[in-house]
Amino acid sequence: MSMTDTTPASGFGGIQARNDAGVTAEPRISVRNLDFYYGPTLPKALKGINFDLPARQVTGMIGPSGCGKSTLLRVLNRMYSLYNGQRAEGEVLMDGRNMLDPKIDLNELRSRIGMVFQKPTPFPMTIWENIAFGIRLHEKLSKADMAVRIEWALTRAAIWNEVKDRLHTSAMGLSGGQQQRLCIARSIAVRPEVILLDEPTSALDPISTLKIEELIDELKRDFTIAIVTHNMQQAARCADQVAFFYLGELIEVAPAGQMFTAPKHQKTQEYITGRFG
Amino acid sequence: MSTTTMTFTRTPAEEATARAMSRRRRVMDQIIRLFCIGATLVGLFFLASILFTLLVKGLPRLDLITFTREFQPTTYGDDTAPLGGLLHAILGTLVQSGMGVLIGVPIGILVGTYLSEYAKGTALGNAVRFVSDVLLSAPSVLVGLFVYQLVVLPTGGFSAIAGSIALAILVIPVVVRTTEDMLQLLPNTLREAVIGLGAPKWKMITLVAYRAALSGIVTGVLLAFARIAGETAPLLLTSFGNNVVSWNLGNAMGSLPIAIYQQANSGFPDLIAVAWTGALIVTLGVLAINITARLFLARRK
Repeated sequence: MSMTDTTPASGFGGIQARNDAGVTAEPRISVRNLDFYYGPTLPKALKGINFDLPARQVTGMIGPSGCGKSTLLRVLNRMYSLYNGQRAEGEVLMDGRNMLDPKIDLNELRSRIGMVFQKPTPFPMTIWENIAFGIRLHEKLSKADMAVRIEWALTRAAIWNEVKDRLHTSAMGLSGGQQQRLCIARSIAVRPEVILLDEPTSALDPISTLKIEELIDELKRDFTIAIVTHNMQQAARCADQVAFFYLGELIEVAPAGQMFTAPKHQKTQEYITGRFG
Repeated sequence: MSTTTMTFTRTPAEEATARAMSRRRRVMDQIIRLFCIGATLVGLFFLASILFTLLVKGLPRLDLITFTREFQPTTYGDDTAPLGGLLHAILGTLVQSGMGVLIGVPIGILVGTYLSEYAKGTALGNAVRFVSDVLLSAPSVLVGLFVYQLVVLPTGGFSAIAGSIALAILVIPVVVRTTEDMLQLLPNTLREAVIGLGAPKWKMITLVAYRAALSGIVTGVLLAFARIAGETAPLLLTSFGNNVVSWNLGNAMGSLPIAIYQQANSGFPDLIAVAWTGALIVTLGVLAINITARLFLARRK
């Protein structure tokens, strides 16, 4: 994507990726011995998960429906804490702190770990207000700085050119693919370190899907990304590292090239060759 | 189905059975359809009859005098005596219904929000919802009696305040129900998307959920207003009625339903004509509010 090349590279309006100097192999989030329960009487939905999200790489999470991959995303930003009875045990480490600690400020955590959902979730307000909403939760920007930040976010989400003349019209009037890119822009406007994408293209047409995939490739320069997908080709196209889940367990995690050519486990091989799932 | 052999083609006997069953279904379909249309026509007939009667008897006095003058005693057929109007009653209904909405709507919206966003599936939430639904169908005269005991007796007299409180109590369950229903229609992913940006729950509710459910909530408020505008029983026991325009909330105040009730019972043809006009005004007002509510609901699509 070339659009982003037209924006200032750094510093302008306070915009600079937070982890510029990171080494790509260093883990941004480390998951250790993670168990998850949807209710006190329900069986474990995640069993002893151990793996890392490498900084500024894309981790694809694959597996059949109900295998726990979306559940894991919802643990990473503590979305499950909205619901009574849901409980996680183990550690999700970020900068040496356990994000499952009850003392963690959830609003701050979620400003560092953004999320985009399967169905686009534009708020019932203007495009401008959609982006400004998240920013205002965490920062007090002047009107000029806000304008710079909004343009930056929309540009990074590859939708600026399509909406720049209608920023003050309702976001509900955008197409599904545009709405999804708006949601991505809304997430990155908060300048998170990690972006969680939960099947972000499964409700979109092929062209919108392609745009989102190109966008993911572009965004990983600055953000650590985890993407849940049912589409094996998508995982192969987007991900640097792929994790295969089955029945609540992490069966295998490997670099994408290795995963799709020489998986170590038979279950992985059966799944990626389409023999079940 | 044959008990001995099973084939994929029908025998002639089975064909005949299938045709007979199909014919019976078609006849039954027609009968049900006729019943439904018949029932609808009966309902529409009575509705049209009411509207027709209201128009015929109410139109003659739908004039400027009715909207600009207070109550006057009967003229006894004397053409030179001044005719009365309904200004006191129209203003009284607007003031009391308006205050009823002002008091009842915030409470109703907060309770509906509690039920939808905080107390989903809890025992307390279910109990509150049940009580609210009971209140929704409680006879309004009971609400009047309740406020009579609660406000009228302790304060020593009928007052517009008491009337407004009675109407507010009728508003609350309507607004509770519509607010909860409209918030429940919102997809959970919308809530999670707001929370996922790092917003606290109260901002999620006030800045996004209310906005997304706005047209539905406004519709509920309008319907509640339409409902209380025509209430008679609770006002009879609380604000009592008044024959002149009163702006004193601590005094008795007139209202359209009570003016209709009193003048229709007067036995004088000129006052009865005013009562009919009052009934026509209430009906047209409620109709206008309902149409506005429908327009609001249509906008959400």
